[in-house]
Amino acid sequence: MIELTSYALYAGAIGLLLIGIAGVLLCHHIFRVVLALGIAEAGANLLLVLTGFRWDGTAPIIENGIQGHMVDPVPQALVLTSIVIGVGVQALALALAVRLRQAYGTLDLREIRVRMERDLDAQAGVAPPASQEEPAGGRPLPPPVARPLIASREARP
Amino acid sequence: MLNRTGSLLFAGGFAFLLFVLVAGLPFGDPSMPVGHHVLDEAADVVGAANIVTSIVLAYRGIDTLGELSILFAAAMAGGLILGHPAGGAKPAPPAGFILRAGADLLFPLLIVVGLYIILHGHLTPGGGFQGGVVLAAAFVIPVLARPGQVPSHTALAVVEGLAGAAFIATGLAALYYDREFLAPLLGQGRLGALVSAGTLPILYLAVGLKVGAELAGLLIRFTEADAPPPR
Repeated sequence: MIELTSYALYAGAIGLLLIGIAGVLLCHHIFRVVLALGIAEAGANLLLVLTGFRWDGTAPIIENGIQGHMVDPVPQALVLTSIVIGVGVQALALALAVRLRQAYGTLDLREIRVRMERDLDAQAGVAPPASQEEPAGGRPLPPPVARPLIASREARP
Repeated sequence: MLNRTGSLLFAGGFAFLLFVLVAGLPFGDPSMPVGHHVLDEAADVVGAANIVTSIVLAYRGIDTLGELSILFAAAMAGGLILGHPAGGAKPAPPAGFILRAGADLLFPLLIVVGLYIILHGHLTPGGGFQGGVVLAAAFVIPVLARPGQVPSHTALAVVEGLAGAAFIATGLAALYYDREFLAPLLGQGRLGALVSAGTLPILYLAVGLKVGAELAGLLIRFTEADAPPPR
């Protein structure tokens, strides 16, 4: 029974971490990536707290001057730090996402990558890289189109 | 498709690695060499009933200072990225009656709860970080209700700077009395009393005000960022 409980608790923590990492790697929407980061962080924090768990322990707070067995307070203090850092990371990521949305009118990573490369090419004055669909050399490449950097607010999907 | 399989393989392998690592840990009966030491002596040496607080502010005070600087750097970077709202952008119209009345009702309650959590950080679960977030919520909810009336960022920055300076000054005061940087002063007091644990409540008050001002400023910038970007 005890074995089963411990495995279930560890599976929960590692499962959250797994969901978070898979979300970061697989999602194409930036807001979902940020949310997945939050889930992964929750899993990591849970794993840290679990390492300090004791079956006979109480919360590390002395009540009425009586101090019995307590769980390990060191991982709890570490997790307190980790949560605060996580808030900072998420705020920064969301600020960047807000700016990306304003600049490109979308939060889809694939779309943003295409548009960002096109903008970079246009600003550097180089032609976009040749591809199978648009082979270079058939006719002279048109000059790079000066596309406005900011999509209008109506243009967002 | 290959990309997706590779990502899933990576995530699965990482989880397997963690499972192998935790399978070797004695669950429910950790050896905790540091933890035992801290649990044995924290009540006498620091005098805070909440032992996590003694670790965060007394044993690892300088780490907490580093954590505050990371939070400060994140808030500053967020402010840099979001910037000031474009001039001439109209703020959103005031919210409906329910949100406005709720904001008026919640503001004093959240202030009291936030200060309670901060000031009892050495006695109960809670402390400067948690209470600071509640304080930030107290100042952000009125902004949601009335987007036109934003608290001045200068005032928030002044509160934040003074709180950070108070944290460092408390640490330097310990140096003046020939103790380590950020070592608790003023004696331990009676265990479990509100005025106990020396300078720990002062440190947590500074942390709470700093976190509250930082988060409130950052969240208010988010509410302002809906305007078109400055170009």
